[in-house]
Amino acid sequence: MSTLARLLLDPGGALLAMFQGEPGQHHILHPAGPQASNIEWLYWVIFWIVFVAFVLTILGFARAAARSRTPAHEMVPVIKDTSEADRRSTWAVGSAVLVTVLALFAVLVMSMITGKKVEGLTSKQPITIQVTGHQWWWEVTYPDPQADQTVTTANEIHVPVGKPVVILTNSADVIHSFWPPSINGKRDLIPGIGSAFWIQVDQPGVYHGQCAEFCGLQHAHMGFSIVAEHDDAFQAWKAQQLKPAKEPTDPEAVHGREVFLTHACIMCHTVRGTDAGSRVGPDLTHLASRAMLAAETLPNTRGAMAGWIVDPQRVKPGNQMPPNPLQPDDLQALITYLQTLQ
Amino acid sequence: MRGYIPSVLLAAGLLILAGCKREAREFRPSPPASQVINTVQVSGINPGANPVGAPPAPNYYEESAYAVSQGKTLFQQYNCVGCHANGGGGIGPPLMDNNWIYGAEPGNIYATILQGRPNGMPSFRNRIPEYQVWEIVAYVRSLSGLLPKDVAPSRSDQLYVKPPEQSMPKQTPTGVTGTTETQP
Repeated sequence: MSTLARLLLDPGGALLAMFQGEPGQHHILHPAGPQASNIEWLYWVIFWIVFVAFVLTILGFARAAARSRTPAHEMVPVIKDTSEADRRSTWAVGSAVLVTVLALFAVLVMSMITGKKVEGLTSKQPITIQVTGHQWWWEVTYPDPQADQTVTTANEIHVPVGKPVVILTNSADVIHSFWPPSINGKRDLIPGIGSAFWIQVDQPGVYHGQCAEFCGLQHAHMGFSIVAEHDDAFQAWKAQQLKPAKEPTDPEAVHGREVFLTHACIMCHTVRGTDAGSRVGPDLTHLASRAMLAAETLPNTRGAMAGWIVDPQRVKPGNQMPPNPLQPDDLQALITYLQTLQ
Repeated sequence: MRGYIPSVLLAAGLLILAGCKREAREFRPSPPASQVINTVQVSGINPGANPVGAPPAPNYYEESAYAVSQGKTLFQQYNCVGCHANGGGGIGPPLMDNNWIYGAEPGNIYATILQGRPNGMPSFRNRIPEYQVWEIVAYVRSLSGLLPKDVAPSRSDQLYVKPPEQSMPKQTPTGVTGTTETQP
């Protein structure tokens, strides 16, 4: 149900959902880290200032509307001393202007303080993650001075809980924007210009994010998720991701790998440990370990994967993956192989 | 004098509408002629007195600016640049001149990509989907100015290493087949 329909049919529930959030949805009012908490604090300060101004304005209007009209026969020009009324209105307008200016100035100062706090996260030994925007998916690498210790994945960013993480940004084509609302504000990914910012997640969980800068046809289907887990789980995940793809043993999976290596897949995708090494599309070495496909568009199930491989242009029209009209048993074998890539 | 203005505006509007066609984006296209590969003639020698001529292979991608720019993207992503550079050649022959060893017609280039050619050109059969091959064919032809100028890519996102395809001088193909003299 759309938000508007909900607001009409069930206003109480819709408002409650707005402030409480729903599980699995990204939400600025449900911070999971220090930066989002700071931003939420600023949100509520501004909310209440604006709320008070709104109530006062409505009260003023109501008072004006409630006053009875002056009857016509009383509307005769009368010369009387208006200096008292003038003085009162000057005082009222002057104080209102002063309060407005002061409130705006206070909001400005608080925004600057919040900005400082959000940017001020530092650590001597941070975890560094390179996020590169592509039309329409996110390339995620964990760079390491030692090349074979570099993890490459897509759309799913694992971070340890309670540790500052540096996100290095770049883009391969157009401007994208990295926005995990429960964790931090937005940050643009500019092609050719790298930048860096910090995030920190304090509560374990899966937090969704979204591209927040219109980047083409499938901008709306360019999501990612941040998986925050305890340090040992994170290290285990990283160790698993460092491994090359598992050698298939099942004959169907062996056939599936053959299909992968002899069809269009090999032109764009990498599966480490095989001949497939192109960097155009997402790295599929550990595809089955991810929860979602196609930048958080489809669940990572057999059926969704089959639909995505055969006709990706129906799911995300305009994306870079071509349709793959495979023979049915080739397709089944290919999916079986891809499901083994844990 | 004033009577001209509406008709001029109308004509301008129609021109703008006509421009939309070349940007039409078809995401699930079918290749124009998948059987063409068996009838492509790569040699000038043919049996009998009458030359066979190139098979009819209307490449409608050559009329779509979107398809040609996709061809340009694929030309880089599929690493054609690894040997042919940005058309200037290197390990492989240059593509921006008027020498076509295996013919300049769309069908010839299509066959070259799918079949591969001696001395290094690999076969991309089954690797590149057919409609993408046609997009690459359209882009390769734009490299030597064989495409209408309003369709060819007009500027690069990178620093220029060569003039944009749109301002490439038109080349007259030579080579075994596909000369413009034999196929007007």
